[in-house]
Amino acid sequence: MKKLVFALGLIGLSAAAFAQKSSTDSIAEYRAMLQDGNPAELFEAKGEDLWKQKRGPKNASLEKCDLGKGAGVVKGAWVELPRYFADTGKVQDLESRLVTCMQELQGFNGDEIAKTPFGKGEQSNVTALATWISAESKGMKFNLPQSHVEERKMYEVGKRLFFMRGGSHDFACATCHGQDDKRIRLQDLPNLTKNPGAGNGFGAWPAYRVSNGQMWGAQLRLNDCYRQQRFPYPLFGSEATIALGVYMGVNGKGGEATAPAIKR
Amino acid sequence: MNRIYQIALSAAAIALLTACAAPMPSSADLDKLTQDIIGRSFRAQGQAKLDRLSPDEDNQLCAEAERTGVPLDAKVAEAIEARNMKTIKAPADGKYLGDFKEGEKIAQSGAGKTWTDAEGSANGGNCYNCHQISKEELSYGTLGPSLYNYGKIRSALEPNSPVTKAITEYTWGKIQNARAYNACSNMPRFAHKGVLTETQIKHIMALLLDPASPVNK
Repeated sequence: MKKLVFALGLIGLSAAAFAQKSSTDSIAEYRAMLQDGNPAELFEAKGEDLWKQKRGPKNASLEKCDLGKGAGVVKGAWVELPRYFADTGKVQDLESRLVTCMQELQGFNGDEIAKTPFGKGEQSNVTALATWISAESKGMKFNLPQSHVEERKMYEVGKRLFFMRGGSHDFACATCHGQDDKRIRLQDLPNLTKNPGAGNGFGAWPAYRVSNGQMWGAQLRLNDCYRQQRFPYPLFGSEATIALGVYMGVNGKGGEATAPAIKR
Repeated sequence: MNRIYQIALSAAAIALLTACAAPMPSSADLDKLTQDIIGRSFRAQGQAKLDRLSPDEDNQLCAEAERTGVPLDAKVAEAIEARNMKTIKAPADGKYLGDFKEGEKIAQSGAGKTWTDAEGSANGGNCYNCHQISKEELSYGTLGPSLYNYGKIRSALEPNSPVTKAITEYTWGKIQNARAYNACSNMPRFAHKGVLTETQIKHIMALLLDPASPVNK
């Protein structure tokens, strides 16, 4: 895929003076081509089936799962997550909330699901569910609640994590995502501290990644960001990744949900 | 209204009020909460051990300035630069420039130090991620300044000129530890953090400063 992107970039590069603009344009065209027939649709269908299917030790569906807007309400839930849930006493994002529902309603072991490697076993089901649920909010505007003190605390923690420098390279999230109109190689970097970057960046995951042919949820996206930052491994549904979700989601208020998107 | 229901309602109201009225913790308490959360949120994986999360005073000061938007006090910035300057070492054999072709390979490579990289495998410099360097490579990032014609535009290509010597020493120091010159530079501290070896840094030096390097064409 890298080669294909590079080749496409070269096609657009006949005039040296316009080299950068043209190669960026070529990538945008390439993305538009991919957008027609996003394989995420297959995961959406799988997710909707999984929501309705009776599964787990309790042989129950997820149709009574409360994603924050009342039992079973899916539409609009995703643009208000992460949020505080009184039953768990925690701020949860979509994926960690789904694991709670799978545990409470279906009798699965939530800790085991959280520890399952990304893309394997029940983790792949969580991703499919998240894909469908996010798609049900497509085109809606982000509006994360900040009325509960735990939600405001998580925003502040997320902000601290976003600017925290560490690892072997002293990178922070802000190193790459704290300024407007920057690129890493030819890849545009959204500024996640404000809109439109926060809405566009945070609002695109789950996304189908063409380069590895996988559907990635927001948790895996953040996990891989930390890998590239050379940090240790953030646990699935950890408070750190959820706090970052609150920070980006609140910064993206009013931005449009485009998930599930398609990415290079 | 049934009395039990009334009590339940008022209990719910109190719970709600408590939640809404709960004060936000102080900034120091939020810092502490963040540290606690970091402690619960990560595990070691491969070579990415938990010590990579340990607070480093320079990083803490820069992160706070960036988060709050309040620039560092000039004296604090000078102290960070002085601390980092002490880490810079001249090349053991006195030679600053290696092979620019090897330098290009290191500049191209983004490998190294992640939990998916094998421990002990060669690290790259990641240079093109942020900088334009040779003109032939179009896939470059813009987080850092363009380094195309680096030596040429700094008049640093004459072997024995004092300008060349000054630029050579500055460039060496900058790659070894960028924060000796700019307290909160986003550039990795390549020598200080053990990302690149002295030999690798010499090759990158040649890419930037050798008159024969494509960078200076």
